[in-house]
Amino acid sequence: MSWASDVRRMRAIAWKDLTAERRSRAVLNAVTFLGVLILMLFGFALGPDRDALRDAAAGALWLAILFSGILAFNRSYQVELDGGALESLLLYPGSRWSIFAGKLLANLAFVFLVELIVIPVAMVLFQVQFPEGWAWASQLAVLVLGTVGFVILGTFYAAMSSRSRSREVLLPLLLFPMMIPVLLGAVESSTSLLRGDPMREAGAWMGMLTAFDIIFLTAALVTFEYVIEV
Amino acid sequence: MTRRFGRRWALRGVSLTVASGEIVGLEGHNGSGKSTLLRIAATALRPTSGSVVIAGTPVQEDPDRARAQVGLLSFQPGLYDDLTARENLVFASRMLDLASPDINAVLERVGLLAEADERVRTFSSGMQRRLSLGRLLLQSPRILLLDEPYNSFDRQGVQLVNEIVLTVRDAGGCALIVLHDRHVAGGILDRAVRLRQGLTDPAPSGEGLEARIVEDVAGATV
Repeated sequence: MSWASDVRRMRAIAWKDLTAERRSRAVLNAVTFLGVLILMLFGFALGPDRDALRDAAAGALWLAILFSGILAFNRSYQVELDGGALESLLLYPGSRWSIFAGKLLANLAFVFLVELIVIPVAMVLFQVQFPEGWAWASQLAVLVLGTVGFVILGTFYAAMSSRSRSREVLLPLLLFPMMIPVLLGAVESSTSLLRGDPMREAGAWMGMLTAFDIIFLTAALVTFEYVIEV
Repeated sequence: MTRRFGRRWALRGVSLTVASGEIVGLEGHNGSGKSTLLRIAATALRPTSGSVVIAGTPVQEDPDRARAQVGLLSFQPGLYDDLTARENLVFASRMLDLASPDINAVLERVGLLAEADERVRTFSSGMQRRLSLGRLLLQSPRILLLDEPYNSFDRQGVQLVNEIVLTVRDAGGCALIVLHDRHVAGGILDRAVRLRQGLTDPAPSGEGLEARIVEDVAGATV
């Protein structure tokens, strides 16, 4: 099997996952609703203080994405376990990394879609202005880097916990500790950019996020076949 | 070959050869290890010890080559409920990297052309089984591993399974079929093998167990 056929397999898996989700809308509605709900709860907890809301906005947004995203990762492998589809998937000839890459692509598309809905809600609830000038591009870069790191880890650990009977509990236990660097990098750089980046620290955090994404993507692609094997 | 799940031995020393052009039935009580044996042969499970050799090559050395030659019909359909029958086959053809698969011809062969654009969620278990057979047809394997393929099928379904098995056999392939009642197979078996109590023996040797489990198609224990 060539690289080209592995890339085609990757696209096929992403297409399959997104088509199934578009049909059923089983997770999109639940994940979006949970994300908005978490933001509202944070908003109520922080009270009406405008400065406190703005300072907590990035943290609340990333935690909302983190908690709601867990549902999507669990579901991503649940559809494979229903009716024994995972076994069929693993019996197709070709590399296993293409299965991980396909799932990763589908989960990325899904989480970006959820963010498209949740972020405007967060901006309204936490009274955050749309970034001026080119600051929006930096915020977008942070969002992409943070989301990619989160989804790489979520897709990988969901595969690891998928065959466990207590996978719903196991996934957060495995994922949350590993998410600390991503969460820290994303929240600190977002908050710094919202304040106009006076200490010029956002770049360093973004560099750390990039390094983290590259390291974990490489590690996940290499080790996935051992994680998913019976 | 052996396989252990935790403390329980599913296979304790099974040895079996299926030649080209041969159709072999695999019988045994529930829990005797039939499905485990089939899944190991299909590379879905790794044996605890021993190996599977396909066309002279141990599958551990080149599992991709084995997967390209082996088609497994599991007792679970392995389909996606929210995709249509056609989409399930399109997905399978993309995963098999087929250039121009004739999906309609496959759907017609398994009797699902009229339901091609309906979601699998709405299918009966027999229809899902037919679609799984369709996926096997797309793959055109040289070696068929069928786990209770006649379950959920009416007479036409049984005939369809047998036609597919005979087509593979006539093309120089072979088939290993798990079944509870060899008579359902309608006489297509060349011989049958029975997995029996040997699984619970303390430490049987491979050769000894094989001698106990092998039975010819006429029913005489070897």
